[in-house]
Amino acid sequence: MDEFVDISLTLNGRPVRRRVPVRQHLVDFLRTELGLTGSHVGCEHGVCGACTLRVDGRAARGCLMLAVQADGCSVETIEGLTESGEIADLQEAFVARNALQCGFCTPGVLITAAELLGRGQPMDRAAIRAFMSGNYCRCTGYQAIVDAIEATLRARLERAASTGDGGR
Amino acid sequence: MPEGGMDRPLPIGVREPRARARRLVAGRGRYTDDISLPRMLHVAFLRSPYAHARIRSIDVAAAAAAPGVEAVFTGRDIAAACNPWQGNHALFPDLDSPPQYPLAIEIARWQGEAVAAVVAETRAQAEDALALIEIDWEELPAVVDPEAALVPGAPKIHPDRPSNLALEFTTAKGDVDDAFARAAHVIEETFVFGRHTGVTLEPRTIIAEFDPTEERLVVHQSHQAPHQQQDLYARLLGIPEHKVRVICPDVGGAFGVKLQFYADEAAVAVIARLLGRPVKFVADRFEAFAADIHARDHRITARLGVDAEGRIVALDVDDLFAIGPYSQYPRASVTEGGHIARLTGAPYRLPAYRARVRMVYQNKGLIGHYRAVGQPIACAVAERLIDGAAAKIGLDPVEIRRRNYLRDEDFPYTSPTGVAFEHLSLNRCLDLLVEKLDLPALRAEQQALRAKGIYRGIGIASFVELTGPGPDYYGQGQVRVSSQDGCIVKLEPSGKVRVVASATDQGQGTDTAIAQVVAAGLGVRTADVHVLLGDSEVCPYGGGAYASRGASIGCEIAFRAARQLKGNVLKVAGALLQMPPDALDIRDGAIVDAEKGVERLTLADIGRVGYFQQYLLPPDLQPELAVVQHYVPRDQAYIAGNGIQASYVELDPETGFVKLLRHAVVHDCGLIINPLLLDEQIRGGVVQGIGGALFEEVVYGSDGQMLSATMADYIVPMSSEMPDIDVWHVEAGIGREKLGAKGVGEAGTAGAMGAVLNAVNDALLPFGARIAQTPCTPQRILRAIREARARGTTQSH
Repeated sequence: MDEFVDISLTLNGRPVRRRVPVRQHLVDFLRTELGLTGSHVGCEHGVCGACTLRVDGRAARGCLMLAVQADGCSVETIEGLTESGEIADLQEAFVARNALQCGFCTPGVLITAAELLGRGQPMDRAAIRAFMSGNYCRCTGYQAIVDAIEATLRARLERAASTGDGGR
Repeated sequence: MPEGGMDRPLPIGVREPRARARRLVAGRGRYTDDISLPRMLHVAFLRSPYAHARIRSIDVAAAAAAPGVEAVFTGRDIAAACNPWQGNHALFPDLDSPPQYPLAIEIARWQGEAVAAVVAETRAQAEDALALIEIDWEELPAVVDPEAALVPGAPKIHPDRPSNLALEFTTAKGDVDDAFARAAHVIEETFVFGRHTGVTLEPRTIIAEFDPTEERLVVHQSHQAPHQQQDLYARLLGIPEHKVRVICPDVGGAFGVKLQFYADEAAVAVIARLLGRPVKFVADRFEAFAADIHARDHRITARLGVDAEGRIVALDVDDLFAIGPYSQYPRASVTEGGHIARLTGAPYRLPAYRARVRMVYQNKGLIGHYRAVGQPIACAVAERLIDGAAAKIGLDPVEIRRRNYLRDEDFPYTSPTGVAFEHLSLNRCLDLLVEKLDLPALRAEQQALRAKGIYRGIGIASFVELTGPGPDYYGQGQVRVSSQDGCIVKLEPSGKVRVVASATDQGQGTDTAIAQVVAAGLGVRTADVHVLLGDSEVCPYGGGAYASRGASIGCEIAFRAARQLKGNVLKVAGALLQMPPDALDIRDGAIVDAEKGVERLTLADIGRVGYFQQYLLPPDLQPELAVVQHYVPRDQAYIAGNGIQASYVELDPETGFVKLLRHAVVHDCGLIINPLLLDEQIRGGVVQGIGGALFEEVVYGSDGQMLSATMADYIVPMSSEMPDIDVWHVEAGIGREKLGAKGVGEAGTAGAMGAVLNAVNDALLPFGARIAQTPCTPQRILRAIREARARGTTQSH
C-alpha cells in the first residue's frame, strides 16, 4: 500500500536526502527515520501544537504536513534551534521559571515562542497568551510560560534598543 | 526566618530549577515512543464501533495476509495467555465487578473497547490491516443514562449480575432527618457534574519485550507506578515477579490517567510474550479519548440545613455516579464516590451528616482516578450550598464560612465519616485570601460595575484534600497498591551522592525535591545529588506517584535515609579524626567541627576510605555508605491538607461567555520544599479544575457514541482564556519529628471548580438565574438566564 518518493531538504542547516512513504507525516519522518525525537506527536490533527516545527522560517505543524511536502524546504527542529543557540535565552528562562513540567509540549511551545520573539515587537501578556494559544500545555496552567516569554522578549528588546539590531 | 524556613536545613525551601527541565527544553527528553528496539513490531487495535454489541463472528484472515502483518489476535487468543481481573475493593464488599479481559470476548461494552489486535512491521501497516478485519456485529441496547440504568427492566450490561447497580453505600452521623426538621433554612440543589478526562499530551504508550530464553518481560511504559505494573504483569501473565521489569522513562503528563491497568496495554504485554519480539503501542488521540480513564460524571442532590444565624445543622448528599461497564482495575472506581462521601462539607462543623453513593454500570468508558478524584465535586457541592445559605440569610460568603469552619480547638478532629484531620488552617487561609485579594474592594468594584451593566462574579471555595494515604485504604481493601515508598541514598567514592527511589516523576519535580531534601539531610549541594526514579528492578519497592505522595511520602523517606547516611558518614569520620561523631557535622559537602564549623575532611575522603582504604578504620567498623529506608504513614489514614480559592469572572449575558479575570489560591501544604515547583503544581491543577468547570466534557450521544473524540471537540484550556493565578501559602501544622510536607498535586484541581462555579453563579445573581451543571458552557448559562426570565425572577438592577 506504501508508495515512495525521493525528497531532499535542508534539515537544521544540513542537506538530507531520503526515500519516504508518500503518506508519511513530516513529524513521523523526523522522528522515526532521522531519530529527531524532540518533536512530539500529541493529537495528529493540528490542534495541540506538540509537533510544531519551523519550515522555511515559519512555525508549522509537523502533523499537518507530509514529508514529501518538505521537499526543497528548510526544516528546523528543537534539536537544531538548541544547537544553534538561537533560543538559549528562552530555554534558560523556561528552566528558571519552571515553565514546563512534563516537557512534552515544550519543544513546540519554544518554536512558537521563537516566532513571537523573532518579530521583535513589544507584546503585553494578553497578546502573548493569544499568540501562544495554538500550543496546548496540560501541566503548567500557562502562567510560567507567559512569564518566561515576556521576560525573554523584554530582555531582547532592551538589548536591541541598546545595540540597535532589531531584537534578533 | 532563613530561606530554608522553620528549622529545616537548606536547601529545603529554595527555588531550585529542575535538572530534568534542562534536558526537556533541549528536546532531549526520552519518552516511551522515542525508544525503538531491535526487531520491534507495532500494534494497532480494532475498537468497537458500538457502545454495546455482540460479536457474532470475527474473520481476521484477510488482515493476517496483509503486507507487513506479523500476527492478528482476537479476544480469545489473548485471554488464553492472561488471567482476567476484577476492579474490586474489600472495604466495599458488595462491589463485585465482572471479570475483564484484555480484548473483548463475545460482547463489547463501550465504544472504543479493543476487540482485535494487528501486529505489523509499522503502525501504518497495522492500521491498514485493521480495515480488513470482518466482524459480524449484533448491536445491543446501550445503557448510557445512569438513572435509566437503574429503572427496573433496563437492559443489563452484565446479564449475570442482578442489576446495573454496581454498589450502594450510605454513611451517616447524627440524626439527619431531625436536624433538617429543626433547621431555619434548607438549601437544596441538584447538580450534574459532567464527565471529563486527563488529556495527557503524550498519549499512553507502552513497549513490551519478552525474552523466552530467560522468560523475562521488560516493559517500557508511560506510567506513574512501575511496581504496581510489575505486580500486575507478573500475576496476570503468570511470570515470576523477579523476571518482570517495568521502566518508566520521561512521562508526558499523567494526572492519574497513567496510574491504571488498561486492557489494551495488557494485550501488548501478552502479544510480546506470544511473539517473543518487542511490541510497541501508542494510543492515538481518538484512542486516548475513548479508552483512557474518565472522571466525575455525577448527579448529586444535596441539602444543607442551617439555623437562623447560618450555622450548619445538617448536610445530606446523594450521589449517583456512572463508571462505565467495569470498575477500573486495580484501584476500583469507587474512589470518586468515596471521596465525595468522605469530604463533602469537610471544612465545616457538621452536627449531622449523611451521604449516599450509588455507583452504576453503563456503556461508556471507564471511570478511574483522575487528579483529585472526587474531591473537586465534594468541594463544589458544599461551597455552592454554603453560598446558597449565605444568600438566603443575607450573610456575606466570607462570614458564613467563618461561622462554620472547624476551629483550632477542634483539632485533632475526626470527621463524621471517620477521617482524622491532625490540623487544618481554614481561618488562616481565609484571612490571608481576604487580605491579599482585598475582597471588600473587589466586592465594591463588582457592585459598581453591575450598575453599568457589567456582570462580574466573585466565588470562593474552601477545600480539604486527602494526600499521601497510608495502608488503610488500599491495604485493607486487599488492593495490591503500595502506600509505602523506599529510598536508597548512596555516597559515591568521589563524595557525590546517588539516590534511587520508588517515587516517580511526571513533571512535578519530585526528583528535584528529593535531591533537595537529601542535600539538606546529608549536608551537601543539590547539584551533587543525582536521583534515579521509575525502574521497578532497580528502585526500592513503592507506590510511585498517586494521591499527592511525592513530597509527603517520597521526600519524607528520602530525608530520613539521608539523615541515616549522614550518621554513617560521621561514624567513619569520627573514627578517622578520633572524635565522637556527634561533635562533627556535614556542611556544604565537607565534614566540619560541629561547634566551630572548621572543615576537617571532605566527603571524598570518606568515600576513599570507605570504599578503598578500610584498613584505616578500626576492625569492628564496617562502613555503610549506602542506606535504604522505607516509610509508610501509619499515624493517620491520610495527610490532610487544606486551602481556599477565589475566582473573579465576567459574564456576558448576551453570549453566555465567561471571562476569567483572576484566580487566587491560598494553600497550606505544611513544609515547603521548593516554592518554584510548588506554585506551578498548584497553577497547573487550578487550570485543570477550571477546565472541568467551564470547558471540558466527554460527550456521548444517547446511543453511547462519543461525540467529543478529538481535541477540536473536547476543549482543553488554552493560554488565551486562562487568567494569571496568584498563589499564597500558609505553613501550619508541622510536627517536629517529621519533615512535614503535605501533598500538593491535587490542591489546585480540588478547589478550582467550586470557586469558578460560585463566581459564575454570583455573576448570574442579577438575572435570578443559577447553574448547577458543569461544564458551565455558554449554552447552559444562556439557558439558565432564559429560564430565569421565563420564571420572572430577574432582580431589578
